[in-house]
Amino acid sequence: MSTIGPEDVAHVATLARLALEKDEVDAMARDLEQILGHVRSLDALDTEGVEPTAHGFELATPLRPDHPVEPLDPELVVSNAPAAQGTAFLVPKVLEEEG
Amino acid sequence: MGRAEDLLATGLADQRAGLDRGDVVSTELVEASLARIEAFADLSAVVSTRADGARAEAEAAAERIAAGQARSALDGVPILLKDNIVQRGEPATCASRILENFVSPYDATVTEKLRAAGAIVVGRTNMDEFAMGSSTEHSVYGAARNPWDRDRICGGSSGGSAAAVAAGLVSVALGSDTGGSIRQPASHCGVVGLKPTYGRVSRWGLVAFASSLDQIGPFGRSVADCAAMLEVIAGHDARDSTSIPEEVPRWTEALDGDIGGLTIGLPEEYFVEEGVEPGVLARVREAIGEIESAGAKTVPVSLPHTEHAIATYYLIATAEASSNLARFDGVRYGHRADRPDDLQDLYTRSRSEGFGAEVKRRILLGTYVLSAGYYDAYYGKAQRVRTLIRRDFERAFEACDLIVTPTAPETAFARGAKSDDPLSMYLSDIYTTSVNLAGLPGLSMPCGLSEGLSEGMPVGLQLIGKPLDEATILRVGDAFERRTDHHSLRPPEAG
Repeated sequence: MSTIGPEDVAHVATLARLALEKDEVDAMARDLEQILGHVRSLDALDTEGVEPTAHGFELATPLRPDHPVEPLDPELVVSNAPAAQGTAFLVPKVLEEEG
Repeated sequence: MGRAEDLLATGLADQRAGLDRGDVVSTELVEASLARIEAFADLSAVVSTRADGARAEAEAAAERIAAGQARSALDGVPILLKDNIVQRGEPATCASRILENFVSPYDATVTEKLRAAGAIVVGRTNMDEFAMGSSTEHSVYGAARNPWDRDRICGGSSGGSAAAVAAGLVSVALGSDTGGSIRQPASHCGVVGLKPTYGRVSRWGLVAFASSLDQIGPFGRSVADCAAMLEVIAGHDARDSTSIPEEVPRWTEALDGDIGGLTIGLPEEYFVEEGVEPGVLARVREAIGEIESAGAKTVPVSLPHTEHAIATYYLIATAEASSNLARFDGVRYGHRADRPDDLQDLYTRSRSEGFGAEVKRRILLGTYVLSAGYYDAYYGKAQRVRTLIRRDFERAFEACDLIVTPTAPETAFARGAKSDDPLSMYLSDIYTTSVNLAGLPGLSMPCGLSEGLSEGMPVGLQLIGKPLDEATILRVGDAFERRTDHHSLRPPEAG
């Protein structure tokens, strides 16, 4: 496993939609490298042929009848939105109008 | 201390008896709880109250109880919810700025069940932001304090619930446990805390941190109180696809003090002198001796992958968190940045302004370990080691009925002691994370006060059960309480 530096942190921050100041990037790189240094102890373990565990308790994917149920009241849901119009969430314009 | 206040501190069974006899009414218990929350505001254990709603519900409960129609062990009893468990019409901030104005449009399944049982939610408890922490210091409300020593942390992430029960603000509360977040604060505050088997309690309405590890559970002043609360909140829920379709046992009825013939496994990896505060180890060994004298026998067992639990846990938990917390984007709820340039700017600035440093650190780590080129080396590897850790327990349980360990390697540490060192904070969960990785039930209960370095601070004993076998750990814990009085010790300043 490789080391993590400020460039990696900046890249990952973009993927995670987080904006970091230069000094925050450097501090995070130091913290993450320290944590990953501990994590690399796992390299010593032989996990060849070991099945991964994804959950704390293995269950088959449950199925349910496809019956409609009462949804949450849309007006109540939208009442938490920072900006809304009727029962729609408002965001800045994404597509420019074609000329 | 008044009669109602007294009952808050002694526990559920006394409250029930007092209410049913008419010695005390529900409205008095609720007033006493609200008054104590106010009087102990310096603990920062409770972040919001709902006095009007609670008072109205208490009046209705008082009428039911007077008519001899109490609905459950919890009817008319004030309780607190951790601030990541939603209740309709109430805030749920997860101690984060990003959810500062959020009001839940629905009830969590556990909230619904508790309210149907007549429990009265008086308020919401402090926590590490999004349950990411072991000290309840990473909170937008400020750090919570330990009622046993206000200069020490109360543990985390459900530190507010643990401190509230320890200080007698309520007698039972809910928390959530992803890597020890119920058991470790219970240990540090001298109360009982239970993390049920993964899937035993519905996660519907628990704000997700790491979905394959998160589990809601009770805090109480006794094992019996936790069992009573678990009976109310457990059970299959079609709204949580990881909920186990199993009947809910009557755990409270199995608490008969008889533990003869049970075998207790003592994992050698958890009793290493260099890793544990001597004052902790001494109390835990005494407790094991007490359980043996109650008729159980002990066998050494081995959990050889214990040393890899923290690394495995932090890879899996942060990977899942980075995905779960993607929903906080400033569009549908929560904090939104002012005057965004465009949609990307709205996402990025809302998240950057809304999340605290520890949450950002974990999102970045989780995003990194899931990113192209690293997925197999980190996340995939951790999922395979998780299998090895699970198998360790399966093998150990072939030789024993339950496993007993210290809950934490130390008593509550000083405020700020680990704030600048994330790795050392993570390592404080060394004895609790494996239990989540393996999906097992785990109980922490007080086993005395430490001597030496941290004299007078509570020490926790951890009881780990087989999957779905909460019954055995509850029975052994209860038998231990019957022979000792550690659970009735109270913080000196809690009145």
